[in-house]
Amino acid sequence: MDKAIITVVGQDTVGIIARVCTYLSEHHVNVLDISQTIIDGFFNMMMIVDCANTDVAFETVVGDLEELGGQIGVRIRCQREEIFTSMHRV
Amino acid sequence: MLNIMEVHETNQMIEQEKLDVRTITMGINLMDCARADVDETCEAIYGKIVRYAKDLVATGESIERDFGIPIVNKRITVTPIALVGAACCTTTGDFVKIAHALDRAAKTVGVDLIGGYSALVSKSMTPAEELLIRSLPQALSETDIVCSSVNVGSTKTGIDMNAVAMLGHIIKEIAESTADNDSYGCVKFVAFCNAPDDNPFMAGGFHGVTEGDAVVNVGVSGPGVVSRALDAAEGKDFEFLCETIKRTAFKITRVGQLVAQEASKRLGVPFGIIDLSLAPTPAVGDSVGEVLEKMGLAQVGGPGTTAALAMLNDQVKKGGIMASSYVGGLSGAFIPVSEDKNMIDAAESGCLTIEKLEAMTCVCSVGLDMIAIPGDTPASTISGIIADESAIGMVNQKTTAVRIIPVIGKTVGEMANFGGLMGYAPIMPVNQSDCSAFVNRGGRIPAPIHSFKN
Repeated sequence: MDKAIITVVGQDTVGIIARVCTYLSEHHVNVLDISQTIIDGFFNMMMIVDCANTDVAFETVVGDLEELGGQIGVRIRCQREEIFTSMHRV
Repeated sequence: MLNIMEVHETNQMIEQEKLDVRTITMGINLMDCARADVDETCEAIYGKIVRYAKDLVATGESIERDFGIPIVNKRITVTPIALVGAACCTTTGDFVKIAHALDRAAKTVGVDLIGGYSALVSKSMTPAEELLIRSLPQALSETDIVCSSVNVGSTKTGIDMNAVAMLGHIIKEIAESTADNDSYGCVKFVAFCNAPDDNPFMAGGFHGVTEGDAVVNVGVSGPGVVSRALDAAEGKDFEFLCETIKRTAFKITRVGQLVAQEASKRLGVPFGIIDLSLAPTPAVGDSVGEVLEKMGLAQVGGPGTTAALAMLNDQVKKGGIMASSYVGGLSGAFIPVSEDKNMIDAAESGCLTIEKLEAMTCVCSVGLDMIAIPGDTPASTISGIIADESAIGMVNQKTTAVRIIPVIGKTVGEMANFGGLMGYAPIMPVNQSDCSAFVNRGGRIPAPIHSFKN
């Protein structure tokens, strides 16, 4: 298991999850969990994914998703899970 | 499992509150680079630094990408050069050659600063250490990214007043040799008392003689995050305030610990310490002064400032210590005037004076830092300031330092601009009373008594 967290923040629009998931499936990134909410009026989505069998380097996924976010008009970040677990779990 | 609010909080800290890892610093031992000939020594130094640190910047950048956390600086510290060059340097020019070798090596590997052009003279100076100190005006004006420090005292040894008296003149000479650039050379020089061996921050970082061959130390930051967290503590009592700071410091430090472990693993170099310091930048919202003002001070420098800073410093340590396996370096809140927006404003309005800053240094790291003073300040006055600050460190068993910039050609009311993270500072007035007869006595101030502490 090689977990990462993908977050999408911005204006809600049709097809965000679809486009992100299409990219992930093309590169064999497995989605483990999805949640979404509205924070300060902005659409927030979080995905927990497993990158263990991905066919490209992790930093490529980071760059591609950022670019995809640019096309849709939202901010997409993909970060390794440890930064969150180290901060929020003792 | 992680929830969306936790993830949002972390990203909010990074994107809005300027959470970053301030520096990954690789310490490199250069003792084995000492040769009988200075050119051969330079070659060995250059070779070893490039060999050990060639992947430092790329590794830092890949960690930044993987975790989505900015790592602002990648730096190198080396063994104090006065020791490395002692066998081969017979003139100040010889030491300057080593400074150039450090500068070249650091530029080759792409780091932003290299520290360790240093001498440890807390009891007295060897001929080599004196030569290195005398070479500073030339070394710091001819190189770009070499940083220097001199440890002039310690709790165990007392204060070497010969070195202190000499440094007053040397600092003036460094200022004059870089006069066309707001005396920028002085920004790269610190005088210490009780200098730590594992400080990852500049300009005072060096790789102490107690360290191993190579080590990775990490300095965290985050005054913006603490400041934002304190919004929730408005009007609440001290217990709530302390708890908020502690929790925030814990979170910040855990990120530093993660980055340090990851850097150590990827570079194949042992992890040394995390330096738990709140390090400000001149950017709005990244200020230690702002944190103190949020605690309830109208402006930093007024009555209450020392108490607020003491509490902040203590809570940062209490929160951070549990978050990391090894804590070291300076570990405390930094108060560099030119690098902190609210401190700059307070110094400009006259609310923050050098005397108040001196009092503040009794309760936090690290000392009188990045303070611009008139260019015509006498050398003996600068020595007096260093002696005062060293005495605070010596008696209180803590690290203190002086990084002061006599800006040639400028006086009170004018502004000095050092650029980038070094920021800008109003020229602050200095007490004009003469202390030359005191600092020029020669010899050293004995170590203080370690018992009868009342």
